[in-house]
Amino acid sequence: MGKLKALLNWIDERFPLTANWKAHLAEYYAPKNFNFWYFFGSLAMLILVLQIVTGILLTMHYKADASQAFASVEYIMRDVPWGWLIRYMHSTGASLFFIAIYLHMYRALLYGSYRKPRELLWLFGVLIYLCLMAEAFFGYLLPWGQMSYWGAQVIVNLFGAVPFIGPDLSLWIRGDYVVSDATLNRFFAFHVIAVPLVLLGLVAAHLLALHEVGSNNPDGIEIKNKKDPKTGIPLDGIAFHPYYVVKDIVGVVVFLMVFSAIVFFAPEMGGYFLEHNNFVPADPLNTPLHIAPVWYFTPFYSVLRAVPPLLNSQFPGVMAMGLSVMIFFLLPWLDRGAVKSIRYRGPIYKAALALFVTAFLILGYLGTEPTNLWGQFGPWLGGADRATVAARVFTVIYFLFFLLMPWYTRIDKTKPEPERVTS
Amino acid sequence: MRKLFIAVLFAPLAAFASADELQLDRANIDPHDAISIQRGVRVFVNYCLNCHSANSMRYNRLTDLGLTEQQIRENLLFTADKVGDPMTISAGRRDQRQWFGVEPPDLSVVARSRGADWLYTYLRTFYRDEKRPSGWNNLAFPNVGMPHALWQLQGSQVLKIESEEHQGHKVEHKKLVLEHPGSLSTPEYDRLTRDLVNYLSYMGEPDKTKRSQIGIVVLFFLLLLLVPAWLLKREYWKDVH
Repeated sequence: MGKLKALLNWIDERFPLTANWKAHLAEYYAPKNFNFWYFFGSLAMLILVLQIVTGILLTMHYKADASQAFASVEYIMRDVPWGWLIRYMHSTGASLFFIAIYLHMYRALLYGSYRKPRELLWLFGVLIYLCLMAEAFFGYLLPWGQMSYWGAQVIVNLFGAVPFIGPDLSLWIRGDYVVSDATLNRFFAFHVIAVPLVLLGLVAAHLLALHEVGSNNPDGIEIKNKKDPKTGIPLDGIAFHPYYVVKDIVGVVVFLMVFSAIVFFAPEMGGYFLEHNNFVPADPLNTPLHIAPVWYFTPFYSVLRAVPPLLNSQFPGVMAMGLSVMIFFLLPWLDRGAVKSIRYRGPIYKAALALFVTAFLILGYLGTEPTNLWGQFGPWLGGADRATVAARVFTVIYFLFFLLMPWYTRIDKTKPEPERVTS
Repeated sequence: MRKLFIAVLFAPLAAFASADELQLDRANIDPHDAISIQRGVRVFVNYCLNCHSANSMRYNRLTDLGLTEQQIRENLLFTADKVGDPMTISAGRRDQRQWFGVEPPDLSVVARSRGADWLYTYLRTFYRDEKRPSGWNNLAFPNVGMPHALWQLQGSQVLKIESEEHQGHKVEHKKLVLEHPGSLSTPEYDRLTRDLVNYLSYMGEPDKTKRSQIGIVVLFFLLLLLVPAWLLKREYWKDVH
């Protein structure tokens, strides 16, 4: 024991090992009243690690070459020992990453976790989300199936709608006049190194910001305001290690059960995680009748389709889609509520949040289906597609949640916050 | 006159509607029935693997089904030299494009894109159509380039269109009638296509049955792991008030 202690001392004189262990785990005091919603941050980190490890194993066998990519994925599925497991873990992990992140963001909406003093923490989080979208988009081209190909074609063409520089911009992104081998190679580079590097840096910044300001909690009050006068430890705080470490282990096991159930029994998830059409090799001469992005992009895809073109240009739709993601950045400054947590908010915010979640889910569903899904209205509405009209209504609701927020959070009748956290 | 006008107006729509309405027959394949898959692979190498390849599938993978390498070499190995080779074909792609108008797709993962029910329906709904270059058409895949490769077994069907008045609209029902029976009866042919689809489905993901077997073990292990994880959490959290 004495020797081990001496080794630790030797290290600590040269590297702040014990200091970091204390700052981020053993003496990082988190509120003691975390609930179910607080599992998804650490789960997202676990998924990130899983994606990196399975991703590295996949790169050892995958060929980033338009003539070999599709076959190399099947080679992984059949000839590489346990290749099918690695591939399914990676494809399932991608979808579950988005589920974890969406629930993590929803938690922030519930408890006002983006509010002062956590604005930067939130901004880093939204940047992580943007990176994740880029990562998923680049990665989806790699299996080189029909949906990979035409999905990438559609998304890159969106940049073509930008006035003046559009066509050159999309050409520059593709590296060719159509999505081709050149596109596949650069998307591979972005997917396996460029975006993951940025992602890891942002995750580090996100955690540093979190540990600087301290975690929010379901009551939305600052535990640092009530400290033990002798020790300086927040009265409602408990050390992250061991309390939240052992709690998160339970969360991890439950998560792994859900994850394994999908990986082993339903890796395609009925065509939502792995689309049926993506088992057809990419064919530049054969456009599929119905092109839909993977489920995690479909709310924004619905916004894109809902906005009518202006002067024959799709640019308004593209702008609206971009805004529907970017608007999350503004959240800390749009919310003027007197309290942070939904527990003490008034009925208006609760209704607004419920409407927003409904709009998000319905837009997501509509984005997976063709626009003639529900048929057409009669001549009184110009025979418009019912699903398109619905998408327009919910797009407006989606944006109103943000745009009217400064007003409705201020007039909302809030309840007084407690002095200490409630359990 | 007015009625006729409406009928003409809606005729294309009605045709479109009936094409969309094709109900897929249930294939009801059993992925655990290795004998059915063995019968299926025999049909596959005899009838499909001349024009279609299955480049991702190796012959010796069939040992999964209980076949020995010796049996595979003697009965199934037609298009390759070694039992570890993939199921490639020698027909040139350019020739094939000339013969069929399209390149016959590789069938390695066709069951994953099309689904078993679609394949089962497709293989049983070929009918004679003199308007097509091959002389064949198909209900599940209208104007398909492929001729009916199994016609000697199934025989040849013809399309009968029955139309009836339904709530003021003309509704068309498409029906296939067996004109010249083949060497198999209809139930025998249905069984043969079911076996073939079972094989195609197996070939789409050879590890599928193994995957779910492992999954049960993994889930059982995680369920056991949940117990100490939960007890550990409960023990530590006794301190927290």
